[in-house]
Amino acid sequence: MSDSPIAVEEHNPALRHHFADMEQQRQASSLGMWVFLATEVMFFGGMFCAYLIYRYWYYNEFAAGSRSLDIWLGTINTAVLICSSLTVALGVRAAQMGKRKLLVILLLLTIVFGLAFLGIKGVEWYTKFQEHHIPGSSFNVDDLIKEYPQIRIDPSHQQIFFSLYFAMTGLHALHMIIGVGIFAVLTFYAWKSLYTPEYHTPIELAGLYWHFVDIIWIYLFPLLYLIDRKPLK
Amino acid sequence: MFDTFPLWPARASTTAGSVDALYIFLVALAAFMSVSIFIMIVVFATRFRRRKGVQAEQIEGSTPLELTWTVIPLGIFMVIFVWGAVIYFRERTPPRGATEVYVVAKQWMWKLQHEEGQREINELHVPVGRDVKMIMTSQDVIHSFYVPAFRMKQDVLPGRYTTAWFRATRPGTYHLFCAEYCGTMHSGMIGQVVVMEPAQYEAWLGGGAAMGSLAANGESIFQQLGCSTCHRFDTQGRGPNLAGLFGKPVQLEDGRTVVADENYIRESILSPAAKIVSGFKPIMPVFQGLVSEEQLSALVAYIKSLNQPPAGAAATPSLLPGTKPQQPKVQ
Amino acid sequence: MATAAITADRTNYLNQEYGIKSWLLTTDHKRIALLYLLSITFFFFIGGFFALLIRLELLTPAGDLVQSDTYNKLFTMHGQVMVFFFLIPSIPAVLGNFLVPLMIGARDLAFPRINLLSWYLYIIAGVMMLHCILTGGVDTGWTFYTPFSTAFSNTKVIEAGLAIFVAGFSSILTGLNFVVTIHRMRAPGMTWSRLPLFIWAHYATSIIQLLGTPVLAVTLVLVVLERALHLGIFDPTRGGDPLLFQHLFWFYSHPAVYIMILPSMGVVSEIVPCFCRKRIFGYKFVAMSSIGIAVFGFLVWAHHMFVAGISLYSALIFSILSYMVAVPSAIKVFNWTATMYKGSISFATPMLYAFGFIGLFTMGGLTGLFLAALGIDVHVTDTYFVIAHFHYIMVGGAVMGYLGGMHFWWPKISGRMYPEFWGKLAAMIVFIGFNLTFFPQFVLGYLGMPRRYWQYPPEFQVLNVLSTAGSTILAVGYILPMVYFLWSMRYGKIAEENPWGASGLEWMTSSPPPTFNFDHTPEVTWEAYNYENIPAPEEVAVER
Ligand code: HEA
Ligand code: HEA
Ligand code: HEC
Ligand code: CUA
Ligand SMILES: [Cu+2]
Repeated sequence: MSDSPIAVEEHNPALRHHFADMEQQRQASSLGMWVFLATEVMFFGGMFCAYLIYRYWYYNEFAAGSRSLDIWLGTINTAVLICSSLTVALGVRAAQMGKRKLLVILLLLTIVFGLAFLGIKGVEWYTKFQEHHIPGSSFNVDDLIKEYPQIRIDPSHQQIFFSLYFAMTGLHALHMIIGVGIFAVLTFYAWKSLYTPEYHTPIELAGLYWHFVDIIWIYLFPLLYLIDRKPLK
Repeated sequence: MFDTFPLWPARASTTAGSVDALYIFLVALAAFMSVSIFIMIVVFATRFRRRKGVQAEQIEGSTPLELTWTVIPLGIFMVIFVWGAVIYFRERTPPRGATEVYVVAKQWMWKLQHEEGQREINELHVPVGRDVKMIMTSQDVIHSFYVPAFRMKQDVLPGRYTTAWFRATRPGTYHLFCAEYCGTMHSGMIGQVVVMEPAQYEAWLGGGAAMGSLAANGESIFQQLGCSTCHRFDTQGRGPNLAGLFGKPVQLEDGRTVVADENYIRESILSPAAKIVSGFKPIMPVFQGLVSEEQLSALVAYIKSLNQPPAGAAATPSLLPGTKPQQPKVQ
Repeated sequence: MATAAITADRTNYLNQEYGIKSWLLTTDHKRIALLYLLSITFFFFIGGFFALLIRLELLTPAGDLVQSDTYNKLFTMHGQVMVFFFLIPSIPAVLGNFLVPLMIGARDLAFPRINLLSWYLYIIAGVMMLHCILTGGVDTGWTFYTPFSTAFSNTKVIEAGLAIFVAGFSSILTGLNFVVTIHRMRAPGMTWSRLPLFIWAHYATSIIQLLGTPVLAVTLVLVVLERALHLGIFDPTRGGDPLLFQHLFWFYSHPAVYIMILPSMGVVSEIVPCFCRKRIFGYKFVAMSSIGIAVFGFLVWAHHMFVAGISLYSALIFSILSYMVAVPSAIKVFNWTATMYKGSISFATPMLYAFGFIGLFTMGGLTGLFLAALGIDVHVTDTYFVIAHFHYIMVGGAVMGYLGGMHFWWPKISGRMYPEFWGKLAAMIVFIGFNLTFFPQFVLGYLGMPRRYWQYPPEFQVLNVLSTAGSTILAVGYILPMVYFLWSMRYGKIAEENPWGASGLEWMTSSPPPTFNFDHTPEVTWEAYNYENIPAPEEVAVER
């Protein structure tokens, strides 16, 4: 809270009327973002909970499903996302120091990484589509059943794995798309020199959001791709 | 007076009385609490109503008082909790040796099968004084088996068995309701439970005994579906010997141990891959979609019956030590 | 206390600007509150209309007024509309929106544009729901239980699910705005221990909205996906588990009942001190009990599933936790009662509603204790006993609190007084009608009448007739305030700045307040509820 009276003489153009000063505005925005991320945690939490229960019940099918995912593409994607987090972090730093060009470049890089991630994810999904692993009427896992004769695969349980796989990565990808959109807007404003060392809250907040989306993936990757990679006996 | 304006349904089972006792206690408690609060409000409202020149007295609060009205209600709550839990515990643990009735619910009817082989629809006949255990499943959505006179209710789920039990105490005809919303004719999914004197009940049983017992029915299904090719009553079969299986712990391939209850047997038949018995290969075919719920009930009843000494010309399973032969108690 | 001379032509948030656009694009929290007021009133009458049809159908044992499918749609949409489109937004989005900034001395909520966005989301959701209602409706029950909702119902489950999903986001955004505003926008000197209890209640409510609603959202997404694409997450024929759905649903929907009651408790905590001219008894305990309810409320969800097939031991745990969560409610009831001791009590309409609230909430809460007792719940779950329990709390409690709050703050909102005689009359009618409608349902429930029944055995008829009769009285009681509130906007006596002589910053600005709430940001140097220093208003301040 601030003690300064509402009537502020020198006015930062970015200060909205109902805040007493820039500090209050900045704190409010960042608290807002943190609270929002808390709701996001609960949002994904519901799905993680479903995942854990079914993985415990249908372990064989989950392991087989996990093996059918492309571990290399998954790893590359993890690396891509970590890089994008780095560029965002650097971008925030550039904004704090008021380096406009650097900021624009770093934001663009982030967008490129984000798109790369989505592209790779798209390729993975497309492969699944060709393999008939998309839940629905054409769902078919005979290939997996043939591949792992040692374990018994119940197609309906296998379908749950893929349902959760698509729901979780889909929701994550949706968050990525929104993030890329936000960064596109921010890049435009950054290019227009809207952000100064005194006022760059949007960059910080978008950065927070992006890190959060990253962290979700850091959980998704081992949960979905690395369930059981040991060679089957 | 209670005949024209009753406050509780007929009491026709052993639990009904204990549920009503707790209920009456709670009504009294609730009435006492709310009346005392109302009286306090009314007294304060008249005694301290606004008058010229009289100021309210500012009182900050009082921690001892706050503690009192935190701890005392909590204590009362714990009494209610324990009391309710004791009743529930009894409601949820069927006594050994209860007669079994298999229930299959579907939109919008109840299909019931007695151990002795009688089948009924939307009607259940039971004798007074015998423990009856219901083993229930649904063919479609969730239903709920509710007999108000027994104070008994249990949801009936698709894809698994749920159980409930009662012992009727008073002959008569009572409502059977479906209590979980299940679609268009949810309110039409009703029937009746007919409680009879034991002698009457025997007569009723005799009336429909032509079909043979549920277990015998299960045995013929066991042959038809080819279960017997793998499950033999010696050690030669490709599958485990099922005699004496029911109620025993089973060692699984992945190291876990599970108790072979109705749901385990059900799962072993419908999706055998979920739990592989230690020492066996996962070769048992999936029977999901090949057996109806009724056939499944019969199979389960049959496998359970293998715990008993041979009845008639059935297979010759060895009675394992520690298994109690099942004997319906008639009083 | 400065009592500025009030003149009707002083600029305020209502007459600052005119025209549709100035309303639809406003970011003023007070105007958004009014937008919400209009929208939720609309949905309340839709929900009430369904309720009356339900009651009419149940007048006779046979299903003769409507088809069974229609009946199933009626109670489903009654529940969904009342819960998601009326009661959850009611106090927070109307009174909370209006009062939270005023009460803490802020000029607006922290994110005014997000506030407007949340109203638009609500409207989008409302339009989807209306479209769904008008083109066929849903019949799953408000609880959407699977596999009925995902595989068997052939009504518009997807549309209703999405509407509630969107409404959920509206609710999340309101909660987010409140949390940030309460943390960051308090006026100088407005410390946490000086916050009005209304604010504490909203803070607790917002926590639940923020942490519970997303779980409902994701659950509905899964239901929609399962229905649309035949995923198999809850459908047992595809290997899924229908109980998982119930766990996820109640994980939100139990806390959601506290979203509905906490704000009402906040309202009562304002009204009682004001009409007793007294500081509230045990301020800290009342404030902390709100937080306690919010936190413990997350731990008891499976008490809705005692007969659903959960394990014996989890049932025991959820039962004992349900008793824990009842304790803070008890604390509140006792403190309100104690506040009246040695007060100087007057009986204006808001106070009558507060009395009604305390009485009916207590009865509803006490019957909640019946339900949490395992042995009893087995018998009464899914019967009219449950229906009576929650209507006592939600209609007798929450709606009474809402109406009390509307009367209490109406002078501030509209700048006019409502007619006191009619106010008192309506409060009495609501109280009588309510008890007549819902008390017989307790008896019905214990006698074994299942809920969601379109037709029922004839021996239940007498009690059902009583209930139906009561509901028509209730309808009168609800229509009256709407009429005289509208009337008072034009003909009501002009309200002073502080007609009740209440404490609280919202009474220290003109009625209605100017667009930015305060001409000067107030500096708070006194504790909450300092009625010692506020003169009581003239006895007949409100009589016309
Ligand atoms: C605003 C809404 C609201 C609120 C606040 C509550 C509050 C409580 N509810 Fe209720 N409930 C619902 C809305 C609400 N409920 C709804 C909508 C359903 C049904 C949903 C559906 O199936 O469609 C439901 C169903 C429901 C069930 C499941 C019933 C079933 O379907 O089988 C249970 C079971 O435990 C329960 C318990 C409780 C308890 C213990 C409280 C407690 O928090 C109450 C605490 C309050 C008090 C206890 C009163 C004040 C205390 C005193 C005066 C103290 C003195 C008392 C003593 C010393 C004894 N509720
Ligand atoms: C906030 C929540 C809320 C509110 C306020 C109400 C209000 C009322 N409800 Fe309730 N109700 C629920 C939430 C609520 N309800 C829920 C969640 C369920 C469970 C649904 C389910 O099972 O899925 C339920 C179920 C339910 C049932 C059980 C149905 C069944 O199981 O078969 C009944 C039966 O009597 C009922 C009655 C009433 C009545 C008489 C009112 C009265 O208080 C209403 C009074 C209001 C009016 C009477 C409006 C007056 C307006 C007019 C007269 C104007 C006419 C309108 C037009 C011309 C447009 N409700
Ligand atoms: C092809 C051979 C085969 C057929 C046919 C077969 N089973 Fe099995 N069954 C097995 C094997 C092997 C196992 C042990 C491995 C496992 O658990 O899947 C088994 C396990 C079981 C079990 C669990 C036993 C335990 O000890 O825990 C039950 C119950 C069972 N079968 C019932 C049936 C029924 C009923 C049928 C017919 C409808 C049937 N089986 C048909 C091979 C078979
Ligand atoms: Cu079956 Cu309701
Ligand atoms: Cu609850």
